[in-house]
Amino acid sequence: MPTATKTRKPLGDQGPVAEQFETMGQQRDANRLGMWMFLGTELLLFGGLFGAFVTYRVIHAEGFAEAAGHLDLTLGALNTALLLTSGLTMALTEQMSRAARPKATFWLLVATIAIGALFIVIKGHEWYKEYQEQLMPVLGLPFSYPGEQPEQAELFFNFYFVMTGLHALHMLVGLGVLGVIATVAWRWRNPPRIARQVQISGLYWAFVDVIWVIVFSLLYLSRV
Amino acid sequence: MSTPSLEQRWPRDHYLSGGFRLRDWLLTTDHKRIGWLYFASITFFFFIGGIAALLIRLELITPGGDLLSPDTYNQMFSMHGIIMVWFFLIPSIPNTLGNFLIPMMIGARDLAFPKLNLLSWHVYTIGALFVVLTVLLGAVDTGWTFYTPYSTLFTETAVLAAATGVFVVGFSSILTGINFMVTLHKMRAPGMSWMRLPLFAWATYATSLIMILATPVLSITLLLIAVERLFGIGIFDPALGGDPILFQHLFWFYSHPAVYIMILPGMGVVSELITCFARNSVFGYKSMVISIMAIALFGFLVWGHHMFVAGQSMYAGVMFSLFSFLVALPSAIKTFNWTATLYRGRILLTAPMLYAFSFIGLFTIGGLTGIILAAMAIDVHVHDTYFVVAHFHYIMVGGMVTAYLGGVHFWWPKMTGRMFSELWSKVAALALFIGFNLTFFPQFILGYLGMPRRYHEYPADFQLLNVMSSLGAGALAIGYLLPLVYLTWSLFRGKPAGANPWGATGLEWQTSSPPPKHNFVQIPRVSEPPYAYRNQDQETTG
Repeated sequence: MPTATKTRKPLGDQGPVAEQFETMGQQRDANRLGMWMFLGTELLLFGGLFGAFVTYRVIHAEGFAEAAGHLDLTLGALNTALLLTSGLTMALTEQMSRAARPKATFWLLVATIAIGALFIVIKGHEWYKEYQEQLMPVLGLPFSYPGEQPEQAELFFNFYFVMTGLHALHMLVGLGVLGVIATVAWRWRNPPRIARQVQISGLYWAFVDVIWVIVFSLLYLSRV
Repeated sequence: MSTPSLEQRWPRDHYLSGGFRLRDWLLTTDHKRIGWLYFASITFFFFIGGIAALLIRLELITPGGDLLSPDTYNQMFSMHGIIMVWFFLIPSIPNTLGNFLIPMMIGARDLAFPKLNLLSWHVYTIGALFVVLTVLLGAVDTGWTFYTPYSTLFTETAVLAAATGVFVVGFSSILTGINFMVTLHKMRAPGMSWMRLPLFAWATYATSLIMILATPVLSITLLLIAVERLFGIGIFDPALGGDPILFQHLFWFYSHPAVYIMILPGMGVVSELITCFARNSVFGYKSMVISIMAIALFGFLVWGHHMFVAGQSMYAGVMFSLFSFLVALPSAIKTFNWTATLYRGRILLTAPMLYAFSFIGLFTIGGLTGIILAAMAIDVHVHDTYFVVAHFHYIMVGGMVTAYLGGVHFWWPKMTGRMFSELWSKVAALALFIGFNLTFFPQFILGYLGMPRRYHEYPADFQLLNVMSSLGAGALAIGYLLPLVYLTWSLFRGKPAGANPWGATGLEWQTSSPPPKHNFVQIPRVSEPPYAYRNQDQETTG
């Protein structure tokens, strides 16, 4: 249980440096750079998907725009708001962990996880609705689309499920990571280390946010 | 190559002493041991891929299809391509020599993320083994390119399993790339400025950059194929208005830069070999560095030259053709610089140097035929013929494999602390050169005469050249098998090499052979430019 009586040392270069590094500063820089590069690769992973989608969006402009109208904009917007809020709580977590405040760090992490989980629940509800409306062209499920160009709409919904699915997968990984860090923050053994871990995982969480903003604009907002 | 007797003393404590249980290897985080793990895995996969190649060449001795059925033939060339590209060539120099050498070359104790490095090997090995096992599950007959819609809608073979395996191996590439990049950025010893980095380190840097920028796009492409086969989510399905050419764009956006993953490290190795055995500083160090980075950059702008006849727009074709010509510039600069490095050098014809010379000759032929293929009008004629096959084998085998073997010979004394047979190593280098040319030069002619690739039968007129090619493959096999024998022998019986048997510069030669666990007893300080060979004059370029 994080209590106020625990140590509150300011963030310093303490704790053992991994044997391949000379100083803690070098280790911290290397970890941060590694995470940024990893996020770069992640961006390219989604980038291929976004590039393909934009290509089709141009080729099949009308069909895609119309199909986009069949997505639930309200739920999508709600999710966007939720995820951005979780970005805020995560940023605050980072500040609190740097200021070595165990309680605030822990509860802000919990808040971030809760909002993230709520996002997943809403997303799942949306998928279920699309399944009921027979807009889920997956595993040979029936696809009945009321609009003009059902083939292009099917292509659109294929993209929709791949993009949101891949994003949700990244969310789940992020939630798992935050869960581990929350337990570490609960014990509050090595504050500088926790601050470093929060910073690195905060980068990842921010990335997941940014990707969602792009997914949201591409799928939900570019409608008729 | 006489060595001072003082140096021949075997170091008491080194990275190989102690710890020969299985877990000491499979769970090691020492970059040098992980280098050995890769060495063992890629050698294994190389010979599996080699067997597939052997079957292809045996089938092609006669015009009729007698040894393999058409379906088996398709599976053989697919397995050959997939294994050789993804499980041998891409990890070959970066993951074995790079793993072993990069920390030592820059004066570090290990890579930035040793555990990630180990994970990367496990991921690679599991993914690659998984693909090899698919052979038993019905193989793959799409070629290594997995072109849609054949791969997604038509073939009955295990595309899903193979694509998943390659997808998994891609993560290994990404992790290794990140590891090298961070290491080179953050862990150089005091005084090791960017302009003092050995060219091998620069080449590894450029390679890593390509790995982390291109591999994710391949990953998403393979993922889209997998979801199409698994869930029926068709992104490239023409019936829905999907575009198979889009697949080719995405695929080659990775796979053309990947061609440079398969040559840049070779260029790095050759730069080290040529300077050492010409006893000369490299000619034009800065232009070498700029060329390396330019090749990495241009590599991202030329992918469309694989699709001149696939239906992309003519204007796109013109631009891709232009950029493809441009890649020749930095490549030519490098080739001229190597040659100029030899000028007034004191040349020692050791086995590594023979490999380096082979590289320069074969790479030049491979590169120049690349320019021929980059010209759209000619490409329409020779597209998908043996001309293309010969061209990329001159780069990948003549270039990369030759450089890889040269590098393995050059750093073998460092890795093992022992020397190998001088005579046999030279014989092997010559066998490779002769066998390689005999195998692949006839294929240029075959292709120009119009023999298409990927067929198991051909008109009888082509038989003579095909028989030459198959005979050459036999000689080539000797060139591959010999090192396996005498290098293994040297592991146990070779003379102790001493710290620096070749008299080379570079930090890796300043520590004992085999090196201690953390490479250096004390982190070195660097005070001079690379390749400070004193043969010529005191001046060094760059």
